[in-house]
Amino acid sequence: MTVAVIGASMTKFGQRDAWIRELISQAGEAALEDAGITPDDVEHLYVSNMASGEFEGQGGIMNALAHDLGVMPAYSERVDQTSSSGGAGIYEAWQSVASGASDMTLLVGGEKMTHRSTPEATDIIASITHPVEYKHGLTLPSFAGMTARHYLERFDAPRESLAKVAVKNHANGVDNPHAQFQKEIDVETALESPMVADPLRLYDFCPITDGSAGMVFTTEEKAQEITDDYAVISGISGATDTHVVHERDDPTVMGGVVQSSDDAYEMAGIGPDDVDVAELHDMFTILEFLQMEGCGFAEPGEAWKQMDEGRTERDGELPINTSGGLKSKGHPLGASGVAQGYEIYKQLVGEAGPRQVDADTALACNVGGFGNCVITTVMEAR
Amino acid sequence: MSFDAYVCENGHVTYPGHTLCPECGEKQIETIDLSERTGEVVTWTHSTKTPPGVRAPNTLAIVEFDLSAEDVSDEYVRAIGQVTTDEVETGDPVEPVYAEELRDPDVGIKVPESQEWDGYRFEPV
Repeated sequence: MTVAVIGASMTKFGQRDAWIRELISQAGEAALEDAGITPDDVEHLYVSNMASGEFEGQGGIMNALAHDLGVMPAYSERVDQTSSSGGAGIYEAWQSVASGASDMTLLVGGEKMTHRSTPEATDIIASITHPVEYKHGLTLPSFAGMTARHYLERFDAPRESLAKVAVKNHANGVDNPHAQFQKEIDVETALESPMVADPLRLYDFCPITDGSAGMVFTTEEKAQEITDDYAVISGISGATDTHVVHERDDPTVMGGVVQSSDDAYEMAGIGPDDVDVAELHDMFTILEFLQMEGCGFAEPGEAWKQMDEGRTERDGELPINTSGGLKSKGHPLGASGVAQGYEIYKQLVGEAGPRQVDADTALACNVGGFGNCVITTVMEAR
Repeated sequence: MSFDAYVCENGHVTYPGHTLCPECGEKQIETIDLSERTGEVVTWTHSTKTPPGVRAPNTLAIVEFDLSAEDVSDEYVRAIGQVTTDEVETGDPVEPVYAEELRDPDVGIKVPESQEWDGYRFEPV
């Protein structure tokens, strides 16, 4: 059964006064409105969230949202796949409709983080690491630093190429009213920002963010009854790589990206050359290169050359992160994958405003942990 | 104290150990102690924004131990950990040095009793 997306929402990303319940309620309500459906229509509800218990002490948020939106007695479930919880939510929502279990599924992703200090938030996120990593004080940024050094040394890539990822995504974020930072930066600012995990500096990292996003899924048959403007999930897959990061043979290859994108392309009957626009999980600038290569947009070790050629700019051959990416938009963990889905859906139905590009086929790659879990989604316009 | 890599029935080697070998699914039946060996730095970083209870800066490295002389299937095994000094480069030979407490177990998110906190740092030779 072909699964359609008929609506999506995104709340303001940034430092918000709202706590997790209010954040996800806002995105849920807005997604229902965007889809033109009522709470009674919802048969399955998924809430993507990594750590509301650890961040805020609030558990059971799928039940809270079901009640706050009045979608009872719909089936509800919280989806945690760390940073890729949002993508995993898309996968679950797709499965619910494709299997026939649900005719109308609401997905909401959200995270409340900014009330925690940076060291506290870093520690909550680092809790996903293996004990042999955690005891040494490994953090996600430190994995990024080690991977970036290896990439730059091995492929003789200039340090500036990573800064250019940040510059591009910040430029795109200027036109995203939901982005945490609507501010252009230049290469010099990025290269002179404080060191976080040598050779990566502050501007190589996404910020800590509160925010939420939503999507509504139904059958294509039902979508046609409701609206003329919908998109379909033509390919989707998830895959897992090693938990212990140093056990991967090649530190520059994220196996979950390669496997999930291969599977998603096969399901959609397309290849990387058919993709018109992509949202990649630029939690760290180096990840945009690793995903460009893992998704087949660039040969191994050569993604950085496309930055120099401008191929991934908004007016380039393959625009990447037209939303501003996690870099400028912010990264409320459970919301990020859903917000990627929001962006590619809006691009495909022609509602991306000043960020609009010409696209019939779009891809989103959502990475959990340091490539531990990955979901790749291919969406097509109808 | 030892710094054990784990070997399965088919000679695949991992650090740390796993319930079943990630390569072939067989049980891991032997160990190789890395504590007296010299490894080589694959990559490294200075982590400056560290979590509660972790030193700053925290210099970290992925280190590769050559196993080509061993009676195992893998050519090498890698480990990760703190470096004893901030001065380290890719390709440097390093030796493991035991530390009783790598970070303060009482101030992080993990329950202190849930895991070990001692281990090996890497010292450039």
